[in-house]
Amino acid sequence: MNTLFDKMWDAHVVQHVKDGPDQLYVDRLYCHEVTSPQAFDGLRARGLRCFRPERIVCMPDHNTPTHDQDKPIEDPVSRKQVETLAANAAEFGLTHYGMMDPRNGIIHVVGPERGLSLPGMTIVCGDSHTSTHGAVGAIAFGIGTSEVEMVMASQCILQPKPRSMRIRIEGTPGPGVTAKDLALYLMQQLTTSGATGHFVEYAGSAVRGLSMEGRLTLCNLSIEMGARGGFVAPDEVTFAYLKDKEFAPKGEAWDRAVAYWRTLRSGDDAIFDREVSFDAADIAPMITYGTNPGMGMPIDGTVPADAAPKSLQYMGFQPGERLLGKPVDYVFLGACTNGRIEDFRAFASVVQGRKKAPGVVAWLVPGSWEVQRQIVAEGLDRVLAEAGFAIRQPGCSACLGMNDDKVPAGKYCLATSNRNFEGRQGPGARTLLASPLTVAAAAVTGVITDPRSL
Amino acid sequence: MKQKFHIIESSCVPLPLENVDTDQIIPARFLKATTRDERYFGENLFRDWRFRPDGSPEPGFVLNDPRYHGDILVAGRNFGSGSSREHAAWALAGYGFKVVISSFFADIHKQNELNNFVLPVVVSEDFLQELFATIAADPSAKVRVDVPAQTVSNLATGRSESFELNAYKKYCLMNALDDIDYLVMQKDQTETYEKTRNHAL
Ligand code: SF4
Repeated sequence: MNTLFDKMWDAHVVQHVKDGPDQLYVDRLYCHEVTSPQAFDGLRARGLRCFRPERIVCMPDHNTPTHDQDKPIEDPVSRKQVETLAANAAEFGLTHYGMMDPRNGIIHVVGPERGLSLPGMTIVCGDSHTSTHGAVGAIAFGIGTSEVEMVMASQCILQPKPRSMRIRIEGTPGPGVTAKDLALYLMQQLTTSGATGHFVEYAGSAVRGLSMEGRLTLCNLSIEMGARGGFVAPDEVTFAYLKDKEFAPKGEAWDRAVAYWRTLRSGDDAIFDREVSFDAADIAPMITYGTNPGMGMPIDGTVPADAAPKSLQYMGFQPGERLLGKPVDYVFLGACTNGRIEDFRAFASVVQGRKKAPGVVAWLVPGSWEVQRQIVAEGLDRVLAEAGFAIRQPGCSACLGMNDDKVPAGKYCLATSNRNFEGRQGPGARTLLASPLTVAAAAVTGVITDPRSL
Repeated sequence: MKQKFHIIESSCVPLPLENVDTDQIIPARFLKATTRDERYFGENLFRDWRFRPDGSPEPGFVLNDPRYHGDILVAGRNFGSGSSREHAAWALAGYGFKVVISSFFADIHKQNELNNFVLPVVVSEDFLQELFATIAADPSAKVRVDVPAQTVSNLATGRSESFELNAYKKYCLMNALDDIDYLVMQKDQTETYEKTRNHAL
């Protein structure tokens, strides 16, 4: 009671369905090419139009190749999905940032960076990592395609109110410990179902101390703990980030909005259904050894003796083994988890003055064209090029085996993405999740390396 | 498939694995379809466990074992974790499952099942383990799911449990009405909300 989650939720309840869920108003619906076509089909079958087309923004990201985006997509199935989204957006009168549009990128990177996701909003998308947008101080969650159709048809969604949970991380993280490590640590501690049914408010001085990029990374991974979503109450960091963003309010409207946003915090007497706290000092750079994101450990640790044998067999690891020093075949910097400018700065800070390890294939993929422009504006592209790294074009890339960027069977890929499930990066691919710093350390040494040692 | 739910009595297909994620239920490469043909997704349910890379059936997998069939899938704890893809629910529905019994479901997947006329039934771990044992002893053993009464019974042992189902969803399932049908009927309330809510939003 009296949590920020309650306040934001209650402000969007159109009505309580008798003996049922709440009818919740949705401020922003994002659509990508994978989970929207059937929703548009459904609307056509029912003879409906979008109820509030101005609240819907579409862009392809999963299937877009990360090279030669000015040419037609080679894979016919991918091309069809991307073209179908463009055609549907045109037919239903929706905003669409197609491939090569200067605003295109991964939805969860583009939404916050254009000020389309704002504090206090309800934000949904047919994608589990919609939780990312919670970083601006919003209720953001992934939905299924039937629900996408529901929002298109009515701008509302039927949802039972989730329970609330507060996760505090107090203190200052040690050197080499990033937002990604905080998230991997939380998953290791709470497991991948530890927050199921809950909406998480991240709090505590370690969370307050994160930049907006760091908060986006943290909220992105909420879903991997089973949470419906996660958010950080908006504060000065949030306002500074959003000011002058393309779709953020301007002038007097901005002042009014900020005055309202300042009220968006949990009461001192707030009661959460669940509360847990952690100490940032206990957290080291993390890496995963198994096939779910909760199977993580400190990078200098050993694979737990009781780890699921099926996972270890898939990964080719033994219980009790250290991962430091093991060769990697691929490194991937990108995804909606870590494809933002700060992640590229972190990666560049490690590889600066060093050289890419021979034999390692490196995919560096900005989350959006905006990130790409910033990389160039800051001269990071030169730093990376001197170290032997090329930058690809924006998209989901090797986060999932859906476009050209697939990891071959049996190969190890140290990745900044959010999922290490069997086959996620391609059939048989072996994914290890870590932060941009840790991935950079492996990119220049060719082996799993503690970023604190460089 | 939109259909009216009442009492379902059927033999079961057991999948005694925990943490079955949606990538296993329907691998990402099947997300490329731009239609919603449930049959297509049903044919590819558990694709990588069910078929070998050359496309031939994997004889060890339960869906290829002729002893097991029925409207009910019985799965280990934490079913449907991972990606929120609704295709997983379409695949289950397309294959012909009407009910999934487990001791725990991932949240979004559970909603997706309900929206697609597949009923997720949460039972105690004890009930689940007993049911796995019953099916192992007799693959034709039947389970009865009574939607109006919200009970699930292992007919071989006579053990019965009640399960949760909110009244609204129950109404929809029993009348073959979906959420969109319902929400579109609420247009006036939505417009009133838009006019009266906090203008800073
Ligand atoms: S980057 Fe990965 S997790 Fe993020 S939206 Fe794309 S596929 Fe999903």
